[in-house]
Amino acid sequence: MDNLLSVNGLIMDFGGLRALEDLDLHVKKGEILALIGPNGAGKTTFFNCLTGIYRPAAGDICLTTPGGSMSIAGLPPHVITKKGIARTFQNIRLFPNMTVIENVMAGRHCRTNTGIAGAIFRGRAAVKEELEVVERSYEIIKKAGLARYVNELAKNLPYGEQRRLEIARALATEPLLLLLDEPAAGLNSRETKELDMLISEIRDLYKISILLIEHDMKLVMSISDRVAVMDYGKKIAEGRPDEISRNSTVIKAYLGEEFVA
Amino acid sequence: MINFSDIKKSLLISVWFMFLTFPIMVIRVNPIDKIVEWRWLNMILVGAASFIASFAWKHYFDKKEKGKSVKTFLKSGHTVFINNIADKKRFRLSFAFILFASAIIFPFIFSAYQVNIITTALVYVVLGLGLNIVVGIAGLLDLGYVAFYAVGAYSYGLLNHHFGLGFWAVLPAGALIAALFGILLGFPVLRLRGDYLAIVTLGFGEIIRITLENWNEFSSGPSGIANIQRPSLFGLELSLQSAAVYIYFLMIALTLFTVFVVKRLQNSRIGRAWLALREDETACEAMGINKTKTKLSAFALGATWAGMMGVMFAAKTTFINPASFTFHESAMILSIVVLGGMGSVSGVTAAAFVLILLPEYLRAFSDFRMLFFGAILVIMMIFRPQGLVSGARRAYRFNKADDKI
Amino acid sequence: MGKRGRNLHRDIILKFNFDSVRFMEYFFELLLGGLTRGSIYALIALGYTMVYGIIELINFAHGEIYMIGAFTALIVASLLTIYGFHGVSILILASVAAVIYSSAYGFTIEKIAYKPLRRAPRLSPLISAIGMSIFLQNYVRLAQTSDFLPFPSLIPEFGFMRDYEHIFSSAELVIFIAAALIMAMLTFLVKLTRMGMAMRASAQDRKMAMLSGVDVDRVISVTFITGSALAAVGGVLIASHIGQINFSIGFIAGIKAFTAAVLGGIGSIPGAVLGGFFLGWAESFATGYVSSDYEDVFAFALLVLILIFKPEGLIGRSKANKV
Repeated sequence: MDNLLSVNGLIMDFGGLRALEDLDLHVKKGEILALIGPNGAGKTTFFNCLTGIYRPAAGDICLTTPGGSMSIAGLPPHVITKKGIARTFQNIRLFPNMTVIENVMAGRHCRTNTGIAGAIFRGRAAVKEELEVVERSYEIIKKAGLARYVNELAKNLPYGEQRRLEIARALATEPLLLLLDEPAAGLNSRETKELDMLISEIRDLYKISILLIEHDMKLVMSISDRVAVMDYGKKIAEGRPDEISRNSTVIKAYLGEEFVA
Repeated sequence: MINFSDIKKSLLISVWFMFLTFPIMVIRVNPIDKIVEWRWLNMILVGAASFIASFAWKHYFDKKEKGKSVKTFLKSGHTVFINNIADKKRFRLSFAFILFASAIIFPFIFSAYQVNIITTALVYVVLGLGLNIVVGIAGLLDLGYVAFYAVGAYSYGLLNHHFGLGFWAVLPAGALIAALFGILLGFPVLRLRGDYLAIVTLGFGEIIRITLENWNEFSSGPSGIANIQRPSLFGLELSLQSAAVYIYFLMIALTLFTVFVVKRLQNSRIGRAWLALREDETACEAMGINKTKTKLSAFALGATWAGMMGVMFAAKTTFINPASFTFHESAMILSIVVLGGMGSVSGVTAAAFVLILLPEYLRAFSDFRMLFFGAILVIMMIFRPQGLVSGARRAYRFNKADDKI
Repeated sequence: MGKRGRNLHRDIILKFNFDSVRFMEYFFELLLGGLTRGSIYALIALGYTMVYGIIELINFAHGEIYMIGAFTALIVASLLTIYGFHGVSILILASVAAVIYSSAYGFTIEKIAYKPLRRAPRLSPLISAIGMSIFLQNYVRLAQTSDFLPFPSLIPEFGFMRDYEHIFSSAELVIFIAAALIMAMLTFLVKLTRMGMAMRASAQDRKMAMLSGVDVDRVISVTFITGSALAAVGGVLIASHIGQINFSIGFIAGIKAFTAAVLGGIGSIPGAVLGGFFLGWAESFATGYVSSDYEDVFAFALLVLILIFKPEGLIGRSKANKV
């Protein structure tokens, strides 16, 4: 399998603090890679560098799209989304006063191009595009199991459904790589199981890669093809889930020195 | 319900307000003639008003605290009625028809003076709808909106004065120039945070006004530009009376045009991007929406309407000077948007009529109008930030059976 | 003195270009005039910066607090004059009344217009503040007058200043000294008292301060009261220096003081003082040497430029946004 995303020597500083130190990571096409690590290890910072919210101090981020490979480090967020990386946020960031379908339709923005003139005159192309947007959005909403909420305001959704809506909205941008920042945080065990299924389904259906940050080890172990572990801004281990669960460096990072057998 | 401690509290509050307003409301000194005027009646009025207001205030916040839905409290009475009747399609159609018919008949029944007042109200409807794009939909607090209005008015004033260009030539040109100004000003300021953006736009508005006031060679300063041509009808010069009617119908057409365009924009890809921008900038960018471009388009479109109305204003009054374009004008338009409900087309239209016509017809009010505009901004923010008429904007509703948009 | 005097000097410079004594005198007049202006801006700017530091709100009505302070002082001073008081006693009583009333207004405005909006979207309290500002202006206009009112010059002329009066008047001296004293007191309050510590804690992190037992509502009230009192002092001093007031003086003064606060990095107390002096000098020299027609445009342009290019202020550092 080829790499979809390769990150080499990524460095990110905040003032004097080094949040990411010489990070290398590769995501293969069609795999689910879990990124784990203690709080403050720099996982979300890494996501923010990938999606252009932060500009990394050094290093390279290379994305392979059907159109060829390119470096995306330092590009603005909306350009990166258009190239094919979509994300969700740790503390859900929906458009609270828009309906579920409007949220997902907003995700279609970067794949459509009706301008002001098109919006006013509603020419044939604009109408066709709008119909397509509605159609596609509804499809995704159905897939995410939100069909019965379709006209509900996002802020009125139950918590678990908001998480799913965020994933649906990200999917609407047609990503090659989907970044999920703690998708199971705050979910109960039934919801987590549903999420597990949803993520695998998404991967199989849309043939995309998924990189997720997660603390729920059960979910991580069941869902991911590979696991990467971060601590203090560095990658300290990488491998299959069963390898990672036996890795002494990882256990040390999570539980402290004395627990290593 | 009402117990003793509540009354005591309200009494204390009213005493506090009597104290607070004492020097300004009660005493008036004429330092030259050395006469002191004591207006004790004012004190009694303040005391009584604040006593009642404090009860209402407490009642409202108690309800809110108790977790009783504030919505049901507020929606009691006529607002529910308005919302309900607004939902009925047949009623809406007949209502629109009656409105349209009376709008057509109006100028033939009433005097030119009345027609002029309605025209003014319509100008503010359009200004409100334009600012509504910027503030209500895209969430950018623009406090210098009047600057674009001034740009439009001076475009017509100057182009007419120097080059003799007519109304119809300058209407699109003025809109375009204002849009251009919007883009020029917008480009540097739109990356600022919300509250700084507000202050910078206020600054720009004032800069433009003061420049117009002082740059005599360009704008003939505070004395302004007079004898601007009224719009002509196929080259015909109209009498004062028929010109007023003509402008009135022009304004009706322009208002309908604006409503049409704003509605279409709202329910489009661009409109969704504006809304998303207002809701959450970071998430908006993560959805692949170009923040700068989206903000700029909202800003420029808002400016376009202000520019157009500026041309209209100059043509209607035939005289313009910088005094018409103060910050208070911006604040007035903002009050219209806030009262109407950010993002709601019908709400803004209704609010513009209420806020412009009320002080016109109740002469006693006209002195207090700015006082009211200020109070409206505060009260609406506290009690009903979503606007008075409709609870929320009409969201896009997905309907499986209905394949048309 | 004031504008007319300055113009006179400018004429003199135009006529006698080589008169270097006059030139230096004019320079010093502008320098010291800027210092006076600056200390007033600083006094008002402190209110903006303290409020912004704690609740991140541009208190748009702050300029009106300053105006109400000046009006209260005028009313009290006129009353006392009619009832036969004299000189310094009027100045002191009028200032005290101004401080009490401005603080009371500041306190009340926060309770009515801002406190219910603590958890509202960011723009709501700002719109409310703008509304409050317009309301207060028109409240004073309707209850008093829309004309400019003459303000008695309450500050006495000192004998020892007689020879320098054309460069630096007694009033300007008093303004500068009063402002400096008040700022020293404020520094003491913020740095050394328990209340000051609570203020600084709330400015750093309101939630955390609340959890560690700080009564944040009280801190916010005290901040508004302090800021308003400073504005009132500024109002009395400048009004008695310029000699006239009306209901709209708060708007421009407020914008300029806000500019000063941003120049120094909003939220920073020494920054507001430095920003005030910087703006005072910049304005004084620009109007003195270039043109006074565009005096206000100059302040607005400075505001726009600083917000666009260096919103963290001349001496501040930028913060990364949290996601």
